[in-house]
Amino acid sequence: MASLLQSRTPSLSFSSSLCSTPVIRPSAFLLKPRSGSRIPVVRAKIREIFMPALSSTMTEGKIVSWIKSEGDVLSKGESVVVVESDKADMDVETFYDGILAAIVVNEGETAPVGTAIGILAETEDEISEAKAKATSQSSSAPAPSAPNVEESSPAPKVDAPSPAVAAAPAPTSAPSTPGKVVATPYAKKLAKQHKVDIGKLVGTGPFGRITPEDVEKAAGITPAPKSNVAVPPAPAASAAPAAVPPKAPASFPEIPGSTVVPFTTMQAAVSKNMVESLSVPTFRVGYPIATDALDALYEKVKPKGVTMTALLAKAAAMALAQHPVVNTTCKDGKSFTYNSSINIAVAVAINGGLITPVLQDADKLDLYLLSQKWKELVEKARAKQLQPNEYNSGTFTLSNLGMFGVDRFDAILPPGQGAIMAVGASKPTVIADKDGFFSVKNKMLVNVTADHRIIYGADLAAFLQTFSKIIENPESLTM
Amino acid sequence: MQASVSSLSISHPNSTFPSNIRLCGLRQEALRIHSVSQLNKRESRRIRIVSRKSCLQKRLVSVSASASENCGPPKSFDYDLVIIGAGVGGHGAALHAVEKGLKTAIVEGDVVGGTCVNRGCVPSKALLAVSGRMRELQNEHHMKALGLQVAAAGYDRQAVADHANNLASKIRNNLTNSMRSLGVDILTGFGTILGPQKVKYGKVGFPNNVITAKDIIIATGSVPFVPRGIEVDGKTVITSDHALKLEVVPDWIAIVGSGYIGLEFSDVYTALGSEVTFIEALDLLMPGFDPEIGKLAQRVLIKPRKIDYHTGVFATKITPAKDGKPVIIELTDAKTKEPKDTLEVDAALIATGRAPFTKGLGLENINVETQRGFVPVDERMRVLDANGNLVPHLYCIGDANGKMMLAHAASAQGISVVEQVTGRDHVLNHLSIPAACFTHPEISMVGLTEPQAKEKAEKEGFEISIAKTSFKANTKALAENEGEGLAKLIYRPDSGEILGVHIFGMHAADLIHEASNAIALGTRVQDIKFAVHAHPTLSEVLDELFKSAKINASVTEPVGEPVAV
Repeated sequence: MASLLQSRTPSLSFSSSLCSTPVIRPSAFLLKPRSGSRIPVVRAKIREIFMPALSSTMTEGKIVSWIKSEGDVLSKGESVVVVESDKADMDVETFYDGILAAIVVNEGETAPVGTAIGILAETEDEISEAKAKATSQSSSAPAPSAPNVEESSPAPKVDAPSPAVAAAPAPTSAPSTPGKVVATPYAKKLAKQHKVDIGKLVGTGPFGRITPEDVEKAAGITPAPKSNVAVPPAPAASAAPAAVPPKAPASFPEIPGSTVVPFTTMQAAVSKNMVESLSVPTFRVGYPIATDALDALYEKVKPKGVTMTALLAKAAAMALAQHPVVNTTCKDGKSFTYNSSINIAVAVAINGGLITPVLQDADKLDLYLLSQKWKELVEKARAKQLQPNEYNSGTFTLSNLGMFGVDRFDAILPPGQGAIMAVGASKPTVIADKDGFFSVKNKMLVNVTADHRIIYGADLAAFLQTFSKIIENPESLTM
Repeated sequence: MQASVSSLSISHPNSTFPSNIRLCGLRQEALRIHSVSQLNKRESRRIRIVSRKSCLQKRLVSVSASASENCGPPKSFDYDLVIIGAGVGGHGAALHAVEKGLKTAIVEGDVVGGTCVNRGCVPSKALLAVSGRMRELQNEHHMKALGLQVAAAGYDRQAVADHANNLASKIRNNLTNSMRSLGVDILTGFGTILGPQKVKYGKVGFPNNVITAKDIIIATGSVPFVPRGIEVDGKTVITSDHALKLEVVPDWIAIVGSGYIGLEFSDVYTALGSEVTFIEALDLLMPGFDPEIGKLAQRVLIKPRKIDYHTGVFATKITPAKDGKPVIIELTDAKTKEPKDTLEVDAALIATGRAPFTKGLGLENINVETQRGFVPVDERMRVLDANGNLVPHLYCIGDANGKMMLAHAASAQGISVVEQVTGRDHVLNHLSIPAACFTHPEISMVGLTEPQAKEKAEKEGFEISIAKTSFKANTKALAENEGEGLAKLIYRPDSGEILGVHIFGMHAADLIHEASNAIALGTRVQDIKFAVHAHPTLSEVLDELFKSAKINASVTEPVGEPVAV
């Protein structure tokens, strides 16, 4: 059953003059009938298209382009796909009539010689089955090959690959009507790649145009600065720094003798986050809390390695458990994202930088485990060995400047979180109780900044009330 | 093959040039063989110059034209040669004229250096140097493969723009100084031809000066061509003149025309973070390139980048951004002439080619009619009048004649003209002039494309063959992790004549010269394949290319005397 696909371009090797050379057939591009052992029912009419060996030294090949799309009817002798080997690009033809049911290895991806790159069905009835096969292929076949050549294949989901060849932009027809969809070239490319219907998107770019970010959002991708071989420059990365600096110097008078020290990577990240935070409408609610009981507890558990940070984090986590709305995030301006775990990020100043190690599941761990965990995180942070999920998985942030004697301050909400708590120092304060008796008690001021799109004043007030109750009756913390 | 050899071997009608001489290293000597009479003539000219240089302070000293020239009774001229236009073409001609002992003046109404130095090749190379590095730094995969770690690369637009501007002024000063130090008179003002051998020049509002010259070269160059219906405001709808100043980096820019200029700017803009939409009137992007190279280049330079395109359409109307509206581009189908689409973008760059700058030259005074603005010339750059007759002592080189709109072609034409006016007939072989597009990676070519070669072969009844090598097999390219690329040789298997070479790959623009020199000197494939290339270098791509060609003819002649070392 095995047969050949024939190369149309007679250019197997460049080392000969090729003008009048007869066509050479690479004995490689096999169409094997599907083996019955793997699938219960034998259907010999579904054939796998294999990566051909185009030269003796070729071990893997890159799909330059699929000339045919999924669903196209192929007739014997037609070019189906262009494969790039270590030496040349070749058009490869089919020796069978049939329907290209599924593309397993996408354009731009690499596969070892002999692995299936596509599925050919003989009749339309077999397409769905062939597709099912393709899905199982795509999960296994491209996996070993992708990492060694293409560090990141364009999309993680390969189940429904885009087959087109020319990449011509979809020619939008209606001329200059108000309802016209305007999308940037990269947005169109992304939409095609991620199978997003661009007609259904609402553009947020200038003049209502659809931007790459809009498509990424629709495809459920966070536009993280990913390495992408196929699409090198991330516009955000290059354009943003370009846009900001030229403006800034214009508004400041130059003071002679000043030195300019460029941001470190960490400082640049802080700067970026802080600028980003400006897009979130925030508000603040303060609350005074008596800490005599907490202080007493702290003295008791201190010898066991418990820190004030752990106490506060635990208290916040317990309060959050009762007020899940304060633990939410607003990602798209349209919805609440309820986080499944309570991860308390704690701001730490380190070597001229600022980082937020995260105490994950702080509501579930007990105080002693939490303290131990915190110690580890701080050590890792000092050694710059924190893993990304150890500093960016926070759902709520705690910032404490009390140890410096700061009595109150105002924190900026980090992007991606709903609220941040700023804790001031605990200070002896004269208090008049409801009966008019004066006493001196330790009090600290707690100030929470929150995203008002999702967290309202009453939510915060209730949360703070719970928090203050936990602090004022801290026995529950040790349980 | 014969054509290129003969064009070069015409050193002098009487020269006894051995046509089958072994070329490597020997050709230069061969070219020096002149008849005795010519040598004498040159000697006498040199002597005359020495005497004249002593009285250079007197500006408009009259020198007698060389008596050996056949131009009727001796006549007195202010200059031997006056060149109108101090671009790269005029500069090349002036330098060669001085070397040949001519008293030379160059007339320039704008800045020395012309388009190339001030608004073209030179500043664009500065921008492309930046884009190349940005591209490399942003390609995390590429960096990782080399074991490098780089934090997010950014750029300062103004600093990039300054780099381009500084480069232009540096090269401009170099050009000016090189001409001054050699004694070329730089005359400021627009030049106009008053009549045979007579030129007027002067700034607007100042009295005109009139000078006479034995020979005149027109080298006024070109300006960006803007089709009808397109309103250039210099801010959002721009030409290359504006784009090179890099006053803004728009988020989305449409580039009208996908030739050299458009491609290079797409490389710059995408590296700096813009998205690009090409508008091309022909059915294929990158017309003018060898189709195979174009296809590969498209796969590397267009497809993976933030670029889309519309082909087979004219941008019939482009309105700059104003009143809170973006730039609006109306597209019309090139064949049916029906409106096809409307684009809304942040900026549009018009890169539809260049138009000759020949207005105000006074061509009507000598009965010369331009054709679409170009000055008609014969193969020796001699200007033809409205009746097709030669205009004596008047030449036109560079973009103004439209033969090959490249800076180095203009310069080569200028040198060719100087050779002729100093008594050595010379016809420039345009097929030996290389061209390059400085994208990343670069594209370069010389001679014929495959379709052109096929057409010629069919007409003249010979066979052609193609050889190709890939950069993937080159050690240096792989060391640089730049294995993407192809070199292609089109040749005659019967004679070994090189018809064309096309390269797409790292440093292609620098690699092409081995091929262009071979064409210029008439070197055949079977001879050049014995030339040695340093290992490991990119030049081995061409080495392998020549070696892979199959020639039926044998080596023309044994290599010259062995040299003991």
